[in-house]
Parts: sequence; structure tokens; C-alpha cells
Amino acid sequence: MVAINDFCAGHEIEISFISSLRESGLIEITTISDSDYIEKGQLVQLERFVRLYYDLDINLEGIETINYLLQRMNSMNDEIRSLKNKLRLYENPD
Amino acid sequence: MDYVDYYKLLGIEKSATQKDVKSAYRKLARKYHPDLNPNDKDAKRKFQQINEANEVLSDPEKRKKYDQYGKDWQHSEQFEQQNQYRQQNTGQKKYAQSQYGEDFSDFFESLFGGGASGFGKTRQAKFRGEDFNAELQLDLEDAFTTHKRTLNVNGAKIRITIPAGIENGQTIKIPGHGGKGINGGPDGDLYITFSITDHARFKRLGNDLYATVDLDLYKAVLGGEITIDTLNGKVKLKVKPETQNGSKVKLKSKGFPVYKKEGLYGDLFITYNIKIPTNLTEKQLELFRQLSQS
Repeated sequence: MVAINDFCAGHEIEISFISSLRESGLIEITTISDSDYIEKGQLVQLERFVRLYYDLDINLEGIETINYLLQRMNSMNDEIRSLKNKLRLYENPD
Repeated sequence: MDYVDYYKLLGIEKSATQKDVKSAYRKLARKYHPDLNPNDKDAKRKFQQINEANEVLSDPEKRKKYDQYGKDWQHSEQFEQQNQYRQQNTGQKKYAQSQYGEDFSDFFESLFGGGASGFGKTRQAKFRGEDFNAELQLDLEDAFTTHKRTLNVNGAKIRITIPAGIENGQTIKIPGHGGKGINGGPDGDLYITFSITDHARFKRLGNDLYATVDLDLYKAVLGGEITIDTLNGKVKLKVKPETQNGSKVKLKSKGFPVYKKEGLYGDLFITYNIKIPTNLTEKQLELFRQLSQS
């Protein structure tokens, strides 16, 4: 896990932004002995949110919408892959 | 080397203010940013172009040089030599890295030297490099055994071990094989999603395999022994007398290997499809008639 304080210091961002992401349900924060931490597995996503907010000036509502649409896009890509597999079986039965 | 019209790229006039440049850049960046267009090479290329345009036009010094030498970039060499001489003497020569790779145009390199920082100019934070996503297609037979594959990722060959039992749609992470880190940040990761094609004879559900096996009528009635093909070789199977059509048998641990649990396998479920004999002789038909009357 990575300490939120370290993450914010490294990226030069406000801790309040991380709190807003948590309140929106976009990330999960674990609190141990009054210190907040984030799982390493969520870092890629968190850094994406940081870029969207600070580099592209997209507000929190926009980030939520983008996140939802990207998830839908991923699930549709999975479905396309699965359908392509089935189609391949019919087209090349051997 | 072609002249690159940065004003045209950002869709602004030459008289545009810094505010206009920033606004045009942000608008296009929101459209083409790699975070918003995963796995879209065209968007990435376009993003790099507008990033380069912003790099020049948002910096008054670079913009001045571009406006002065842009269309006649060949003459900028002389300017650059003088500039480099000054920088060497003062020891201030400094190159930065671009956030999404080093793909600045030849035109940019000629005019300004190495890459420069695009995003993160105001926050010189360390960023992980971009994560790459790839899809790898496997047959069910491939996924049955642990094996090695060599992948070509952006020109680099990566040899990976694919553990037996990998599932369709499962993603594995190859750390450090994504895009280059920014401002000294770590490199991104490579995510490989496996696509396992359906098999003509076996259906996989979790770690269990399902197959239908034809059984001749006589063996179904009298019982006996058959040999069936599994993904792990041939297996002899005893058939009980009076086996019914559609009945199932379970072959324990003859299914699919359990992911990363060596020696553990799922089960294989066989469904019997009893075949009625055809082209019977008169004598055989007579025997069936006798059976039907008994």
C-alpha cells in the first residue's frame, strides 16, 4: 500500500482531491493508525484521475462519467472478443 | 522533413493569445488524450502532435523562434549552433522528456533539439509511464499446458511464461514493459488479456471440461470398454451395461488444470450419445424383432 500523503507530495496535489475521489466512490482508501493508504492495484487508476483533473481540467463529475463510460467500453470489448471466438468456431469448425 | 504548422494543428490564428493557445490545446487534449482513448494509436499520434504544438506555442521564446524560422527551418541551424554555444558556455543546456514517449517530429527536433515537457509543466511530478494493453489468443490446448511465448511489444521482444489453466478474458501484468516513466517516474506495465478460442469437442466451465461421446447401441446395452481422447491423452473408460442415452459420467481429475496449482485438475464430464445401428442385415433385423417380442 502507498501512503496518501506520500502520493500527494510526489505528485504535488492536494489531499482534498483524493478525499473527493473517495467520497465519489472512485477509489477506496484504507485507514491504518490515522494514516490513509491506497492499494497499489488502484494506483494506475488514481494517476489517471490525477491527469484528467489537473492536466485536462475535467471536474469530478466529468471524471465519474468518463470512468463509467470507459468501464462500459471495456466490458463491450470483452463481449466482442467472446463473440469473435464463437464466430471463429463456426467459420473454421476444424 | 515537412514543415509543421502548429497554429493549424491547434486550429488557431497566428495572432492567438496565450489564453487562446491554452484553450485550444486543452480542448483538443480532452479529445485525444490517451487516457480517454485506450489502445487507439491514431488518437495517441494526434495527441503527440498537439502536445508538440502546445510545447512551442505556449512558450514565448520557442514561439518567437518558430515564428521567425518556422517556414524556413533550414536557416534555424545557424541560430541553433549559436544558441548551443551559449548554453555550453553557461552550462545550462537542459532537455526534458515528453510524457507520452519521445515522438516529437523531425521538424521539432531540428528547431528545438530533444523532446520537451508537455503536461506536468506546472507540476514537475514523477509519473509512471503509460500502461500498454495487448490481447493474446490461445487455443484450449495451449491453455492446458504451461508454456512460453515470445511477444513483440513496440519492437521489443518479451518472453513470457503462460501458466496452465489460464482463463478466457484473464489479464496478467508484466511489470515495467509499458511506456517510459515521466520525469524519472517508473515505467508503465504491460497488461495481456488472454482470449481462449472455443474448442470443437470440449466445453470448459471453470476447471471442468464437458464432452459428448458417441456410444454404439450394443456396448450401451451389454457394457464394455471404450477409449476416449482427452486433452491429456487417451483414457480407457468402462461402460456399464444398460447405459441410457444422455447419461453422464464423471472422470475425476481429467479436466482442466487449476491455474497456478500444480497437479490439481478439474473433472471431465462425459455425456453418452447412443448411436442406433444402420444398414442392418435381414438377420440382424430379425433378431431385433425377436427382442421386441420377448
